[in-house]
Amino acid sequence: MADIVLSARHLTKRFGGLVAVSDVSIDVHRDEIHAVIGPNGAGKSTLVNLLSGEITPGEGSVHLAGKDMTARSPDQRARAGLGRSYQKTTIFPDVSVFANARLAAQARSPKALRFFGDAGRDPVINAQAAAALSEAGIAAHADTPARHLSHGGQRQLEIAMVLATTPSILLLDEPLAGMGPAEAQDMIALVSRLRNGRGILLVEHDMDAVFALADRLTVMADGHVIATGTPAQVRADPAVRVAYLGEDCL
Amino acid sequence: MTPPRALTRSLLAALLMAALLLPMIAPTYYLQFFAKAMLLAIVAASLNLVVGFGGMVSLCHGAFFGLAGYVLALASPSSSGASLWTSLPLALLVVAIAAALVGALALRTRGIYFIMATLAFGEMFFYFFHDTRVANGSDGIYIYFEPEIVIAGWRLVDLGNKTSFYYVALASLLLAIIVISTLVRSPFGAALMAARDNEQRARSLGFPVFRIRLTAFVLAAVLAGIAGYFSASQFGFVAPQTLGWHVSATLLIMVVLGGMKSVLGPVFGAFVLLGLEEILKSNIEHWKLIEGVIVIALVFMLPGGLQHLAQLAFSDRRAPAGQPGSGASRAGRQHHG
Repeated sequence: MADIVLSARHLTKRFGGLVAVSDVSIDVHRDEIHAVIGPNGAGKSTLVNLLSGEITPGEGSVHLAGKDMTARSPDQRARAGLGRSYQKTTIFPDVSVFANARLAAQARSPKALRFFGDAGRDPVINAQAAAALSEAGIAAHADTPARHLSHGGQRQLEIAMVLATTPSILLLDEPLAGMGPAEAQDMIALVSRLRNGRGILLVEHDMDAVFALADRLTVMADGHVIATGTPAQVRADPAVRVAYLGEDCL
Repeated sequence: MTPPRALTRSLLAALLMAALLLPMIAPTYYLQFFAKAMLLAIVAASLNLVVGFGGMVSLCHGAFFGLAGYVLALASPSSSGASLWTSLPLALLVVAIAAALVGALALRTRGIYFIMATLAFGEMFFYFFHDTRVANGSDGIYIYFEPEIVIAGWRLVDLGNKTSFYYVALASLLLAIIVISTLVRSPFGAALMAARDNEQRARSLGFPVFRIRLTAFVLAAVLAGIAGYFSASQFGFVAPQTLGWHVSATLLIMVVLGGMKSVLGPVFGAFVLLGLEEILKSNIEHWKLIEGVIVIALVFMLPGGLQHLAQLAFSDRRAPAGQPGSGASRAGRQHHG
């Protein structure tokens, strides 16, 4: 299918005796949010790291837009259009919000590693950074040092940095982690908008957010996929109800 | 608080004027001293590209400095000077290849392991020249004739002339400062500092961190090689000690003393350390001991390096002037802006 932006097949990763991810296959379609849920230790974070290239799989393959990326490094995958956020906020705290976004935009520029010229004065890169800050809703804080942003603001900045790299696929690892209810509502609205023109793989613990956002759901437990489908299908799946959601949850 | 830009500029311009006019007033001995100091300032400034801006503490930099001198010595005919047009590019090529090999292996490690790996590679260069007969082993090797800079039969510059040599060293230092400043401000410099500040994030944004670091490592080595080439020419002698680990350690002291956050900090660090040595050496028997105490005192009083003096002089005292304990991982952050 042409609109599959990310496709993983039979991914398996062992850490010593522990099988963290076992025979997981997953597709992410353009214009869709594919949420991965599961209890702690289900292998969700390992899956994200396998997809982004920070961990190499023991078995299986990862394709981005039809190209085999299994043996590629994280930076090669990023340049091929994959952007990711981290569960623990990962930004450049000592520089301004704008400088964070500008570095991200620079990473995908053909001039990313030029030896001359002022890194801060490229109009194309600056415009791209400004657009990403607007899209993530923190353009007003452009000149603030990133470390002075609130927790929610830093999460937004991380999304803005990912956007500034103009990705076709986003891996969002618990974007709502540690957020208050108001911040969480803003982030849910933001993530919902981001699916236009892109594919999103979302790992999230907040079930309200997941069911509000997901077009497709995959449920993991003990490294395995135990169910996959639309939110309605997954809700109705008896295995999921027993293994994960609990009888009284729905 | 940093000193006003205009003031910094006029101070630097005055320093440059003084440097240009020095040969008219200074005795030959001091010209030689300043030429030597300027060459080592190049090496310190280039090391800071790796340590301060790249966040990689290398103990192999002295080896690249010494290696270039060895290439000149080995490329020099016994009865005349080598041509600079062939021997300098050859020396820099050898240094670049050596740095690429060392970097390609050492950059697979991080932190303390990188320090140990570069130390080990540096010592390999030392023992190669110390224990083999390639260049007279531990006795070292003489360069009897300075390299010749000749165009169409006309001698452009006589490196044997102390004044000419002084200007060559000054020009090399200015060139090195311009090259490093340009790099630090460029997209490449921004990427190098991004990798230093948050390697994981830099990589996941799409920066090829390994390649960026290796490039910086090799460029810095080549700059050190320029200084090593002329330094060998100045003294007419190279020995294994020219590339031992204590050279690398001395360079690191210059960098830390001068300050890792700026391009010029290590340049001043080199002048201060060598000036200190020069004064102490001629007056005190156990001068190394006193030098050590002074260096420790300076580092304690000025944790940001000597560049910190300028900030103190112009600060309004309320602003937190220092960043005690700010190591390589945090140095140079103002260059992002």
